[in-house]
Amino acid sequence: MSGYAGLLAALVLAPLLPGVINRTKSFFAGRRGPPLLQPYFDLAKLLRKGAVYSTTTTWLFRAGPVVGLAAMLVAAALAPFGGVSAPLAFAGDFLFFAGLLGVARFATMLAALDTGSSFEGMGASREAQFAALAEPAFLLGLTAVAWKTGGLSLSGMLGTTSFATWSGAAAPLALVCVSLLVVFLAENARIPVDDPNTHLELTMIHEVMVLDHGGPDLALIQYAAALKLWVLGSLVVGIALPVRSLAHGWAFAASVAGMLALCVVVGVVESCLARLRLTRVPQLLLGAGVLSLLALFIGLK
Amino acid sequence: MTLLLVALGLLVAGGAAALLCRQSPRAANLLGAGSAAAACALGLVPAVTGLVGGGARLESAWSVPGGSLALAIDPLSAFFLVPLFGLCGLAAVYGAGYLSAAPGGRSPGPPWFHFSWLVAGMVVVVTARNAVLFLVAWEVMSLASYFLVTRDDEREDVREAGWTYLVATHFGNACLIALFALLGPRSLDFADFGPASHAGLLFVLALIGFGTKAGFMPLHVWLPEAHPAAPSHVSAVMSGVMIKMGIYGLLRTLTWLGPPPLWWGGLLIAAGAASGVVAVMFALAQRDLKRVLAYSSVENTSIIALGLGVGLVGLHAGTPGVAVLGLAGALLHVWTHALGKGLLFLGAGAVLHATGTRDLDRLGGLARRMPLTSATFLVGAAAIAGLPPLSGFFSEFLILYGAVQHAGLHSLAAMVALALMSGLAAAVFVRAFGGAFLGVARDDGVRVAHDPGAAMRAPMAILAPALLALGLSTPVLLPALAPVVEQIGGLPARRELDAATAPLAVVVLGSTIFLALVALIAGLRRSLLAGRTVGAAATWDCGYAHPAPRMQYTASSFAQPLTALFGPVLRTRLTWDAPRGLFPAAAAFATRTPDVVREAALRPLFDLVSGALHAMHRLQHGRLHLYVISIALTLVVLLLWRLS
Amino acid sequence: MNSWIDADLVLITLTSLVLLGASRLGTTIRMVALQGVLLSPLPLLLAGDAGITLRAAGLAVATVLIKGIGFPWLMDRAVRGGSLRRELDPRLGYNASLLAGVLLLAVAFLLSSRLPLPPGEGTPLVLPAALFNILAGMFVIASRRQAITQVLGYLVLENGIYVFGVGIASHQPLLVELGILLDVFAAVFVMGIVIFHMGRELDHIDTGRMTLLNDWEKE
Repeated sequence: MSGYAGLLAALVLAPLLPGVINRTKSFFAGRRGPPLLQPYFDLAKLLRKGAVYSTTTTWLFRAGPVVGLAAMLVAAALAPFGGVSAPLAFAGDFLFFAGLLGVARFATMLAALDTGSSFEGMGASREAQFAALAEPAFLLGLTAVAWKTGGLSLSGMLGTTSFATWSGAAAPLALVCVSLLVVFLAENARIPVDDPNTHLELTMIHEVMVLDHGGPDLALIQYAAALKLWVLGSLVVGIALPVRSLAHGWAFAASVAGMLALCVVVGVVESCLARLRLTRVPQLLLGAGVLSLLALFIGLK
Repeated sequence: MTLLLVALGLLVAGGAAALLCRQSPRAANLLGAGSAAAACALGLVPAVTGLVGGGARLESAWSVPGGSLALAIDPLSAFFLVPLFGLCGLAAVYGAGYLSAAPGGRSPGPPWFHFSWLVAGMVVVVTARNAVLFLVAWEVMSLASYFLVTRDDEREDVREAGWTYLVATHFGNACLIALFALLGPRSLDFADFGPASHAGLLFVLALIGFGTKAGFMPLHVWLPEAHPAAPSHVSAVMSGVMIKMGIYGLLRTLTWLGPPPLWWGGLLIAAGAASGVVAVMFALAQRDLKRVLAYSSVENTSIIALGLGVGLVGLHAGTPGVAVLGLAGALLHVWTHALGKGLLFLGAGAVLHATGTRDLDRLGGLARRMPLTSATFLVGAAAIAGLPPLSGFFSEFLILYGAVQHAGLHSLAAMVALALMSGLAAAVFVRAFGGAFLGVARDDGVRVAHDPGAAMRAPMAILAPALLALGLSTPVLLPALAPVVEQIGGLPARRELDAATAPLAVVVLGSTIFLALVALIAGLRRSLLAGRTVGAAATWDCGYAHPAPRMQYTASSFAQPLTALFGPVLRTRLTWDAPRGLFPAAAAFATRTPDVVREAALRPLFDLVSGALHAMHRLQHGRLHLYVISIALTLVVLLLWRLS
Repeated sequence: MNSWIDADLVLITLTSLVLLGASRLGTTIRMVALQGVLLSPLPLLLAGDAGITLRAAGLAVATVLIKGIGFPWLMDRAVRGGSLRRELDPRLGYNASLLAGVLLLAVAFLLSSRLPLPPGEGTPLVLPAALFNILAGMFVIASRRQAITQVLGYLVLENGIYVFGVGIASHQPLLVELGILLDVFAAVFVMGIVIFHMGRELDHIDTGRMTLLNDWEKE
């Protein structure tokens, strides 16, 4: 089983994740909820539609979703899955990974500003703020893992994280896990940072940035968002679930189960917690950065 | 070497000719720009050959005490000469368009004269091998740029900016004179400089003296004033190349001082981290497009300082991998920033030229009106924000990659700073680009803007692809930097650089896949939409029927959450006249973010100094006989002291 | 064993960090309580191979009772008794405090890397955790206005000393440790009563506004 299986799983299974989250939330709300495969249906429907563009927009507005998806696809080729190296693994690839997330974000924010709508401006502004604070937490957290495992690539770090690593360095790894989980929630615009369900444009971040997109563009955006959920989630799962010691087929299955479990956790969090006040979010992200730093300090000793 | 001398001669002669050509502004403009561009094209040849290994040397006697006319091109010089000639040549072409349309019919002769001398001064700074010659060239560079900054000297703020620049640059010069005096009590030739006993003091002097030019905080105060005041092609040269002369000087000094102790690297990292993070915060808070770029320049020289710091820490720790990566990353960022910031200042100049304003809260919607300027500006912005596949990512990658491999508090500090800066820099450039080019124009003057003429368009159209090419060619280019790195670090670098090309090659592969995917998905999207109904309507805007341009989110609003978060550092000043009553008539709201170092530290200090010096005014009383008596007294006292 | 000690020390450090960034009085009191509880297993864990003595067990129980339950209860009573503002009003913002906490953490690690330790004493994390708590406690005392938070800072500082004592000087008689515990208990008890009365008499417990209480500027 090579790294391409992980990439393929990401491409095929990614839209399942929002479905799982929504089902979990419905369960907690006592509703039946949409089918698990609803995100796939949505994508199929959007791809069949036409589009309406604002007269203020330029080519940048159309480029936003395209660049976002392309960046996320390359990022998916960097993220290891199921204890196997990723197809594009190399030393220092986590920096490239962060760079690709940055490119996608840059393109999305520009597309949002291109509409000239103050709502989308607000969304872009918040995204810029939160991403700037999440990036140190992300990079430092992964550096902590790198120092702990001696691996310089995502595949090397997560590939060598085993049950033995955990029993030797439970504290720093747990800290990194929590920190990356916060980054995962923030980057994917989930509660407690952003509420993907609200329809008050004033309070949203990611959803409000893509308010003007429709048709195939929106399909690209939603697929990219699902991929982002998958690749960032696979990093969290890769550290929390050191399946290296299992045989490959089992490791793969365990990792898929881990991804689904992560989505259930997200669903539970969204059902139990309220969105933080916007002014409190920086503190949460700062806290994540502090956790990563603490893990690094412990690694220094 | 001959070509270099010809280029220097052409610069000096062309500048003088432009100055003398008073009758015809057109001829002066063509003469100045043409000679500068030709000289830069000529100079590129020895620069490039010097980088690939063809050094050259020239020496002749000079009647100045301690001085000799020693010029040489070694790898380090050549490395700085390439962007110098490249960017200055393009800036000269751009300037031909920019100055020909100068308002008020002022002769473009003097600015061309100063521009040529600025370029010539920088060339000699980089190639000089004698301290006296170096300091003279340094002064020529400083004064020529001063005159360029104060070109619009009828404006109060420009005179103020020029004054600040003059004071700051001479403060730095004083440190440099002290540095060279301490370095060479016997001989002032660079070849005779060697490891000194008080290397620590020399390093600090070099850091302050050259750091003033490079713009490390808190020595950066002149930069956000001078860059916006200068004509845009000069801003591009100043930011892209001239502040790098500070970096060059620092690197050259490091080659004399011997093996670095740990605290040198620590000091560089501390200075770079503090100055970079604070500068990027200030860049977020500025409304003036060129001020944003100026603060971003401070941030980028700080990135270079961080890379150098990581390199020195690696040298001290005896880990050549870390040392070479840090130094190579810093060097690569010199080129990246020269091209990227040069491009951005040229773009800002085109915006100013077309709209008459640099205020981000008044601009908007220029992407439609100025397609080429906006596209190239976007490339420059993404490169300086450190996004792949442009070259900014590669230099930051090298520095971070080096820092990750060194488990220590120093490298950790560098990583924290770089991570924070890269996120904030993305915010800065989304804001700058969005404010100027996206949405709808917020002001009437902006609505009629258009791309500039061919002379101004061509340099931007060359620089933008160059940034992509520089990024994608990094794996090929990196081993060629080995001689430069070896010269600075004093260690064999070839093997480490070759090792570093492997991950870079995969980054390039990934970037190529990324670009291919962009093309593929764009084609897919196009084919999906072909034959379907594609409508056009007003922006949705959540049901508002008539979104007015002034209702858009401004650049200031965009930055507000971050500037509020960093409020204690930025100390933004609000003037707010809130609307009152049932039918409020007028209301006003304004923010201003003056430089915190200038306001909180330097202004009080200078007030103190000028207050103290006011006491000296008593000596200037105008009574001639007292003057004569004091001169005579001094003479007698000196004679007594000397003869006793 | 070591990884449990490390995990406990990391959690103690985290409670201090949360306390630095918390804006509500209730949260800060709960964090101090949690810290007290987290401190209690340290004597047992650090006893190591020597086996768990009765004294260590006694110290653990006393720690839970006094630091985990006693002090927080006193503080809580003081808060409820006086009409205190629930939202604190620090001299330094919460985000800035958190960042300062990170700096203190770096300083603690830097200092502990310079301090020579007798070999075989505790784990490498004991010293930085202890130093950080001491520094954080001082920082809270210096940066907050309300008397109650300053007392909490004092407790954090004392907890740092406790970690230091238990972790480094394991040969030190536990009696001394218990004595210190009793001292602190008395001090906090007095402070709790003072704050309670202050809150009742003055409507506020802002120490910055108490400079007028001095004797020599009365005229």
